[in-house]
Amino acid sequence: MATYDLIVIGGGPAGYVGAIRAAQLGKKVACVEKERAGGTCLNWGCIPTKALLKNAELYHTLKHDADAFGLSFDNLSYDWSKVIKRSRNVSDKLAGGIEFLFKKNKVDYIRGVGGLAANGKVEVIDADGKSEMLTTENVLVATGCVSRELPFLPFDGKKIIGSRDAMNLPEQPKSITIIGAGAIGIEFAYFFNAYGTEVTVVEMVDTILPIEDNEVSKLLEKTLTKQGIKVLTSTKTVSADTSGDGVKLTVEPAEGGDQSVIESDVCLVAIGIAPVLPNNSEQIKLDRGFIDTDSRYQTTVPNVYAAGDITGPPWLAHTGSYEAIQAVEGMFVEGHEPKQVGIFPACTYCHPEVASIGLTEEACKEQGLDYRVGKFPFAASGRALAVADSEGFVKIIFDKKHGEILGAHMIGGGSTELIAEIALAMNLEATADEIEATIHAHPTLAEAIHEATSDAYGHAIHI
Amino acid sequence: MAAYVTMPKLSDTMTEGTLVKWLKKEGDSVGMDEKIAEIETDKATMEMQSFDEGIIHKIYVKEGEVAPLGGTLALILEDGEEPPEGADSPPQSEAAPAEEKAEEKKEAPAPEAAPAASTPAAAPASASGSLAAGTNASGGRIKASPLARKLAEEQGIDLARVRGTGPGGRIIAEDLNYVTSGGGSSLGLLPTPNNGGDTVIPLTGMRRVIAQRLLESKTTIPHFYLNIEVDTEPLMKFRTQVNEASVANDGPKYTVNDFVMRATVLATGAVPAVNASFQGDSVIQYGDVHLSIAVAIDDGLVTPVIRSAQNKSIKELGAEIKDLAGRARDKKLAPDEMQGGTITISNLGAFGVGNFDAIINPPQAAILSVGTITKQPVVNEHNQIVPGQRMWIGLSCDHRVIDGAVGASFLSELKRYLENPFLLIS
Repeated sequence: MATYDLIVIGGGPAGYVGAIRAAQLGKKVACVEKERAGGTCLNWGCIPTKALLKNAELYHTLKHDADAFGLSFDNLSYDWSKVIKRSRNVSDKLAGGIEFLFKKNKVDYIRGVGGLAANGKVEVIDADGKSEMLTTENVLVATGCVSRELPFLPFDGKKIIGSRDAMNLPEQPKSITIIGAGAIGIEFAYFFNAYGTEVTVVEMVDTILPIEDNEVSKLLEKTLTKQGIKVLTSTKTVSADTSGDGVKLTVEPAEGGDQSVIESDVCLVAIGIAPVLPNNSEQIKLDRGFIDTDSRYQTTVPNVYAAGDITGPPWLAHTGSYEAIQAVEGMFVEGHEPKQVGIFPACTYCHPEVASIGLTEEACKEQGLDYRVGKFPFAASGRALAVADSEGFVKIIFDKKHGEILGAHMIGGGSTELIAEIALAMNLEATADEIEATIHAHPTLAEAIHEATSDAYGHAIHI
Repeated sequence: MAAYVTMPKLSDTMTEGTLVKWLKKEGDSVGMDEKIAEIETDKATMEMQSFDEGIIHKIYVKEGEVAPLGGTLALILEDGEEPPEGADSPPQSEAAPAEEKAEEKKEAPAPEAAPAASTPAAAPASASGSLAAGTNASGGRIKASPLARKLAEEQGIDLARVRGTGPGGRIIAEDLNYVTSGGGSSLGLLPTPNNGGDTVIPLTGMRRVIAQRLLESKTTIPHFYLNIEVDTEPLMKFRTQVNEASVANDGPKYTVNDFVMRATVLATGAVPAVNASFQGDSVIQYGDVHLSIAVAIDDGLVTPVIRSAQNKSIKELGAEIKDLAGRARDKKLAPDEMQGGTITISNLGAFGVGNFDAIINPPQAAILSVGTITKQPVVNEHNQIVPGQRMWIGLSCDHRVIDGAVGASFLSELKRYLENPFLLIS
């Protein structure tokens, strides 16, 4: 039987990217995937939710702002099943695209559940339970994660759901309670609320999107509340009663205090994610449940590597892909010293969008850094006003001494695209001077980056 | 159709090649697969074959010049074909024949690819203004991030002397931290820029590999060193007898090193732990002894390998090293003849060196350093001072693989074989 140079277990953004990179390097590669190429990201995460959110934003605009655009119509309505179907179609199309890329790069795409076996072998169990042994020099484990349950509130797929169920509900719930106000919780809150579902978000800590800069979280909370979402921060979910038609959650202030009950049709638990280990991975050392790797992404088992969500935070598609490429190049490119994820952008696609990179202002304070902040509101941006999307701002934090970019935080339409400029600038170690010296096209939202930079030095023109 | 001949990738690590010799000249006809030039890579000198047939219309790279991978070397036309427009010079998109090989010891201009040691960095512009790309006097650009430029200016560090570790050797902020925290010592900083009469010698491919591998070895392998003194009187007597007999029978003349090689192989058989390699999470102990022999050549050093040396007699070892060393000096070794050694011998005895320590040749775990044989007063078993002959042999060991006692027992085995040379013909 043929020996592979690399078998990748998992076909998500870490797995398929690693597999293709290895194939580009001339290696014989197989990618084992138990469901569909593209993994959670493409099938049950990033991509389908962006399709849903586009629908939601469009509907929200037509419903609330049509008049401002001079539009009027009778009986604006929507077909829930078509909303869901469009999102599924987008996923299908992209998953097909990955399968095409496998073919193009001569990666053997093997459907089944992958597991480690002794002596450089990988066992694949297909849908019928049939087992096949494959021989390989190296294994890259990229099995990813699934939604994490609350111990007292296990998923039932109907009333107590994770994100995967939430994007595929056959009928729109009248009300939903979302536990957890991270990116996933907030995106679903926006989506359901836009379609008129009554949404309550429950978050343990005192702010939504807790990892974001406080100013951004505060503005987003204000905006979402204005849109009609009920936000309960510093609130702990104590118990749940699913005996009736819906779900009754008992909550109390995180610091302790009077309990209250929230009733809703369904409850989305978005408190985080849990690792999915491959079969027979007992000999691999774990760190808090995730796979422990060294600087070359190697696990404690020789020639078994791991990348992506399964190796712990950050749980992001783009960092997973980066890790997989580093791991594979470390395996096959002579002299390549794999790099670790350093600075990376993170995005939340509700409306207004949120995007950030680097240190928050709170973190700068905590570290005692000498910094200065530049800020520019989209309300002063010609482009933002022209497209009637002027809520939010760009905030950039610079080191005082050299103008090094320490972090950038954006809220507003287009932020998730704008953040790429800062990511490139930080990666190249550009400073405030280089951003200022760069001509930004007019009128664009990107001008806000230029102006925020100037503002940090007191010479912004437009505010 | 007109076809440009470009610098081929003749080894995995090659980034440029030196055109040692054209085997064809302009106007010559060439056939498919015919040898047209000799190319020196970082590893060896190899013959380059033509992938086209026709007439060599134009040669762009002179003998001795260096061209990057893919750089245009020559133009081949079909018989009777008109040259394309601009055929007098290589096409623009292809890299022009690169830096002149600065073997001619004139004051070399500092081409971009040479270590940027010849000229100081342009002073960065004033404090807050935009920072110009730092071009040095000869037009070579120093690649450094804007933040690194500011840090360098503030700390008074000359960027021309900083080793960049970013993409493409770009200097990033961290490299400057390294310089300042490392006290400006060897790793972060390049050597002091030259003045006037100094000569800048661009690195050859081989020099670059030597630099990289030995730096890696000396900085990542925990070396320790042992030395042992060998009484070579019996060996020298034995050698004289053997050589007399051999020469009388038109046989070869054996060198001391031939015996040292054989003794090394036998001692390795007795203490196989030295014939090994550290592999991160395991140690490989090799079944065969592939003997690397350090051979000095014109502008560097190579280590051809005698494979499965344990199966070879002194005569075979001697003949093989003679062949390998000869071809090494002519740069005719194939890359695979210099790879896969399991233990190395470096012998500087011919230069009169008494005793020295060598740097391990990774991924091996040990290297022997053999000194010269000297006549000296020695104390014999009757406590009398008498004339004797002695030789020092050193062993540099990777302590991750070889412990002190193991290295010591290897050396004492080696000594036993050399002092009892009849054992060597077993």
